[in-house]
Amino acid sequence: MKPVTEAELHTYIDGALSEGARAEVEAWLTSHPEDAERLRAYAEQNALLRSLYNPVLDEPVPTALLAVRPHAWRRYAGAAAIFALGIGLGWAVRGMFIAPQILPVSLARLAATAHVVYSPEVRHPVEVPAGEEEHLVSWLSKRLGTNLKAPKLAPLGYELVGGRLLSGPQGPVAHFMYQDGRGQRLTLYVSRQRGEPRDTAFRFSQEDRVSVFYWVDGNFGYALSGEIRREQLLNVAEVVYKQLNP
Amino acid sequence: MDRRLIVEHIPRLRRYARALVGDRYVADDLVQDTLERAWNKFYLWRPGSDLRAWLFTIMHNVFVNQARRRRYEIEQAMDELPAVAVRATQGEQLELQDVDRVLRSLSVEQREVVLLVAVEQLTYEEVSCALDIPIGTVMSRLSRARERMRQLLGGQAVTPLKVVK
Repeated sequence: MKPVTEAELHTYIDGALSEGARAEVEAWLTSHPEDAERLRAYAEQNALLRSLYNPVLDEPVPTALLAVRPHAWRRYAGAAAIFALGIGLGWAVRGMFIAPQILPVSLARLAATAHVVYSPEVRHPVEVPAGEEEHLVSWLSKRLGTNLKAPKLAPLGYELVGGRLLSGPQGPVAHFMYQDGRGQRLTLYVSRQRGEPRDTAFRFSQEDRVSVFYWVDGNFGYALSGEIRREQLLNVAEVVYKQLNP
Repeated sequence: MDRRLIVEHIPRLRRYARALVGDRYVADDLVQDTLERAWNKFYLWRPGSDLRAWLFTIMHNVFVNQARRRRYEIEQAMDELPAVAVRATQGEQLELQDVDRVLRSLSVEQREVVLLVAVEQLTYEEVSCALDIPIGTVMSRLSRARERMRQLLGGQAVTPLKVVK
């Protein structure tokens, strides 16, 4: 009889063996009572541990846990967070190499500056209004050399006002402006990035009164700016991200 | 994108955290920290991949970092069980208490593996991913944890329980 490995014995307990392998283990166990006794004890451990902790599943979930919202991540700032983020990223994008990278802060800074300059404009907030969205998108796409999209943020209460072409350190920049019913404006700044294509996590930057979430996706950097609370802006940024990466 | 997906996993995260750290409130704090991190990183989760395993990865990282940073009250690996008062009552309740006590005597590394396999019923591959360790390490930790638990529990089953006054 072929000896059964320790790993096979455990896999047997945990119910993950194929039928053929299971039969082999069972044959082994009939002639190896010590292993059989050991496995009986392990299986009992499984059962005891489950009966010990399964009742937690039936407890009502504390409201504090249901109320958790994104905002407390600053507590994990620092090396430990970057380490964890690296593992998280590694898990999320298995197969792609992504190291936590330090983005040039200038992306957030440039976007916030553009936001501050253009969003107070009453008469000329944009070069091309939303009524000509198709033209706006194809024009900016051509200038940036990629297929841009103007995210649809109407479900969040933000309608496209329009957009304009800006000049940035890496050349042309696409700038989209949105506005809600109360005149609150958000801007999305899209620019080509220097160097190799890469992806980064969302980063947050507070530039005076302007909150900015920014990230790099491939060759392009994106920054969403607004004078709204970070949580609200994050919600919008997630939608923007999802629409740009369907 | 739907964050309610994460909410559905809260009971299981609580179960694992409770088993991992023992104390109810410390466990819920760990869940809370895990959820905060998960909300903030949710855009990194790829739809279609196993959300539960991803959440366990986050919890593991939060737990390890807390342990490192705050010197959390985590029992380190002990060679011997501490003398713990065991009431001489009979029945399953006692056995469950013993299992819990023996579980706490495992190293954190072994406890994580045995709980993810036995209670959370992750596959060995999922455990390997969640803890970011090779599958061979998963197997060796599992094997050592189970054998240690067997010896500690088995000894008690045969000989009368020692009453510590």
